[in-house]
Amino acid sequence: MANMFTINVDGEERRIEADGSMPLLYALTGDLGLRGPKFGCGLAQCGACTVLHDGSAVRSCTLPLAAVTGKVRTLDGLTKGVEPHPVQAAFIAEEAGQCAYCINGWIMTAVALLERNPEPSEGEIRAALAGLKCRCGTHMSILRAIRRAAAAMAPRAGGGRDA
Amino acid sequence: MNGRGPAIDIARRDLLKGAAALVVALGMPGIFAPRRAGAGALAPARALDPGQLDTWLAIDGEGRVTGYWGKMDMGQGVDTAIAQMVAEELDVAVGRVTIVFGDSAMCADQGGASGSTGVERSGVAFRAAAAEARLVLLERAAERLDAPLADLSVENGVVRVAGRPGRSISYAALIGEGSFAAPITWNGEYGNGLVLTGRATPKDPALYRVVGTSVPRKDIAGKILATTQYLHHLRVPGMLHGRMVRPPVAGAQVRTVRRESVADIPGAEVVVVRDFVGVVAPREWDAIRAARQLEVEWDETGAGFPTTSEQLFQWIRDAEPARSKVEVDIGDAQGALNTAAKVLAAEYEWPFQSHARMAAAAAVADVQGDAAIVWTDSQKPFDTARGAALLLQALRKTEHTPGVRSVWMPGPGSYGRSDAGDGAMDAVVLSEAVGAPVRVQWMRDEGHAWDPKGPASVVTCRAGFDAAGNPLAWHFHLKGFSRRDQNSREDAPSEALAGHLLGHESTPQWVMGSPDNSYGFPNQRYSWEALAPLRRQASPLRTSHFRDPYGPEVHFAAESFIDEMAFASGVDPLAFRLRHARDERDIAVLEAAADLAGWTPRTAPRRQREANGRYVGTGIAYARRGGSVNAVVAEVEVDPATGRVRVRRFWVGADHGLVVNPFTLDRTIEGNLLQAASRTLFEEVRFDRRRVLTEDWASYPILEAADAPDEIRIRQIDRPELGPRGAGEPTTRVAPPAIANAVFDAIGIRLRRVPFTPSRVQAALSGT
Repeated sequence: MANMFTINVDGEERRIEADGSMPLLYALTGDLGLRGPKFGCGLAQCGACTVLHDGSAVRSCTLPLAAVTGKVRTLDGLTKGVEPHPVQAAFIAEEAGQCAYCINGWIMTAVALLERNPEPSEGEIRAALAGLKCRCGTHMSILRAIRRAAAAMAPRAGGGRDA
Repeated sequence: MNGRGPAIDIARRDLLKGAAALVVALGMPGIFAPRRAGAGALAPARALDPGQLDTWLAIDGEGRVTGYWGKMDMGQGVDTAIAQMVAEELDVAVGRVTIVFGDSAMCADQGGASGSTGVERSGVAFRAAAAEARLVLLERAAERLDAPLADLSVENGVVRVAGRPGRSISYAALIGEGSFAAPITWNGEYGNGLVLTGRATPKDPALYRVVGTSVPRKDIAGKILATTQYLHHLRVPGMLHGRMVRPPVAGAQVRTVRRESVADIPGAEVVVVRDFVGVVAPREWDAIRAARQLEVEWDETGAGFPTTSEQLFQWIRDAEPARSKVEVDIGDAQGALNTAAKVLAAEYEWPFQSHARMAAAAAVADVQGDAAIVWTDSQKPFDTARGAALLLQALRKTEHTPGVRSVWMPGPGSYGRSDAGDGAMDAVVLSEAVGAPVRVQWMRDEGHAWDPKGPASVVTCRAGFDAAGNPLAWHFHLKGFSRRDQNSREDAPSEALAGHLLGHESTPQWVMGSPDNSYGFPNQRYSWEALAPLRRQASPLRTSHFRDPYGPEVHFAAESFIDEMAFASGVDPLAFRLRHARDERDIAVLEAAADLAGWTPRTAPRRQREANGRYVGTGIAYARRGGSVNAVVAEVEVDPATGRVRVRRFWVGADHGLVVNPFTLDRTIEGNLLQAASRTLFEEVRFDRRRVLTEDWASYPILEAADAPDEIRIRQIDRPELGPRGAGEPTTRVAPPAIANAVFDAIGIRLRRVPFTPSRVQAALSGT
């Protein structure tokens, strides 16, 4: 049964007509044509579909549209103007990702982590990334990129950015 | 250039905006596949004669170079490497070179991604083409500038005359928008064997300025900034979403389909052709719901498997082989084993493994009468086009083969014959059936349970020693499933799951593997026995190439056993390898890895234990593959409390011939090592007599961030005189035995069955 939903995506109110049980992912990739979140499993087991929901990294492939109550941020909305987000800049510098189909999940999870904990330990980084999958095995580059982003964004490094 | 069709417009747009723009352009609805505009819109628009330079290279009015490449990059930067080789020969900036690939109408068939030959073979062909293009341009310049050829030099695409500073002309002025109209000698082969030879001599590697430098990968920014259009984003006008419906038992046949069971879903349509069952709907979520809701009654007669994953290895040992062969027979291994003072024997087991891509198969097919276009992420799009054409012909029961164009778009990583080609054929069948473009997306359970598998095997090794402990003989025997129940190319209906469901009989090929090393033991025998598939038609356990096919399986056994031989001889495993390896390149990588690792000689497992109770150990292994050779030292920790094995460090001695891009080579090696570590520690396809049971990431776990090493250090040995050698697969085979040997050093127990799961490690530690 289709209903009309209004959700806030990357700062804009978007209206979606859909079955309320439809996961958010299909609204983002289908109705809104976004390219960041991707379908990987539909089971919240891989993270390719990750978005931030009120600042928390969530799996949009299992979050019903009807349960979206907060602000949704996506990889597509991370870039401010022409400037990549510092986490994106770090992933580009490290060439993190090969096929990079998964990379949305790692970037969004890293953004959520660094907003919550700007100077994470190695153990905290790896714990925050639990559950994310990368089949190409680019974990070393991803970890290097997140450490690089943390260093660039750390308040004492003067790399802080406008929230 | 021949013709000015829509495809050429794409090429021009690409010339203007670079590689990323091509992908964007391809995805824009209607650009070259206007709906129902007739077959002409889908027809190839470039003449693709490999004997003509224009097939390979074009230079536009602003001096920008486009290479039309017939292999693929799956995210390891191979297209960037090709651009470097082209820029080097032409003496233009690498940023001025764009490589177009993956379109069967735009590029000549160099085999797609196959056998780690992207740089090694197609790069060398492009090197010849670019050198020839430079010569053709210089000959024109000599005429225009009225100067002898020998006095000309090129910098950044501008030809200058020695001693005459004012005399110059650019490539753009020499050719701008025109053509080379020049031949290049082609050996008449397509695919991996395609060779080009020009009159020009490629540049002396000593003069390289671009090759050998770490040019950034061209694809990375778009992927990180979410501007790259993946296949999964493609939407074309009138497109329907398709989903497949799979039987609950492998090989079950359709008895009845109750179409009315999805009548409440808007626009849902059911497609049934023999045992092929799919649904389409205008909205994706509706297609998913329809596939789940559709009621199908299956006939399970003769379905399922004759054994289970629990009994698999005994089943392999007991089975009658379908084929057998002796691959290597040096001296008299059996005779030497019979008379040896001491004989050592061991068996190693490797399970079926799943490609398990980040997302399961997807494709968009638009079948329009006599022509069709398939957008695919298959790493062999030329074969996707061939297979789709034959599949349509068979569906229509005609003599005529329709024209099919296949266009690659980025997708989840592909490491051989994944499910990509199978998904493409599903989309073709659905589009043909419903008369509209159809996008197919397999669900997660299909990606794990129904994708082609890496083969399961048991390896038996025996070695004989003289009274002094010197090795006299070894016999390596592989028994298992062929690595190619299904062809590594989806080039015919028999080579895709959809074809099987439509009644095309599978055509298993008997391809196995043998160790590749230079050990000089006086008597050696490598042999194999190949088993028929557990089920022949529409099997979720059909094997096909999975990264370095039979490489990790064979070398896990071979290089574990070399370690066992070393300890049986009372010799340090590194020293043993250095003593018996004959090739100087092999010795050099072993020494490099050992040097990086600070290798400590040992003649028994050290069983070092840290204060936290964890065991720590190191192990070494090496192997050759297709002209590359790598040695790896792994350091592992084993937690006896949990049974968890983690690789802490890899140290690698890497020889891939001429290094084209050191940065991307390092990262390609890292990817190999981590994926191979995942296969060694975590991955096993489980099945019962009915079906594959591992059908998601919970039941088929892979390596995660917490399991990643602390550090990987790689020493590249650059060998310009050899030319480039492949890197996409060769380190995959070295990691499993390096890890196994490190575990032995850590706990003093030899693990001979992959994967090394916590429960198996704990069982080994408790002696059960």
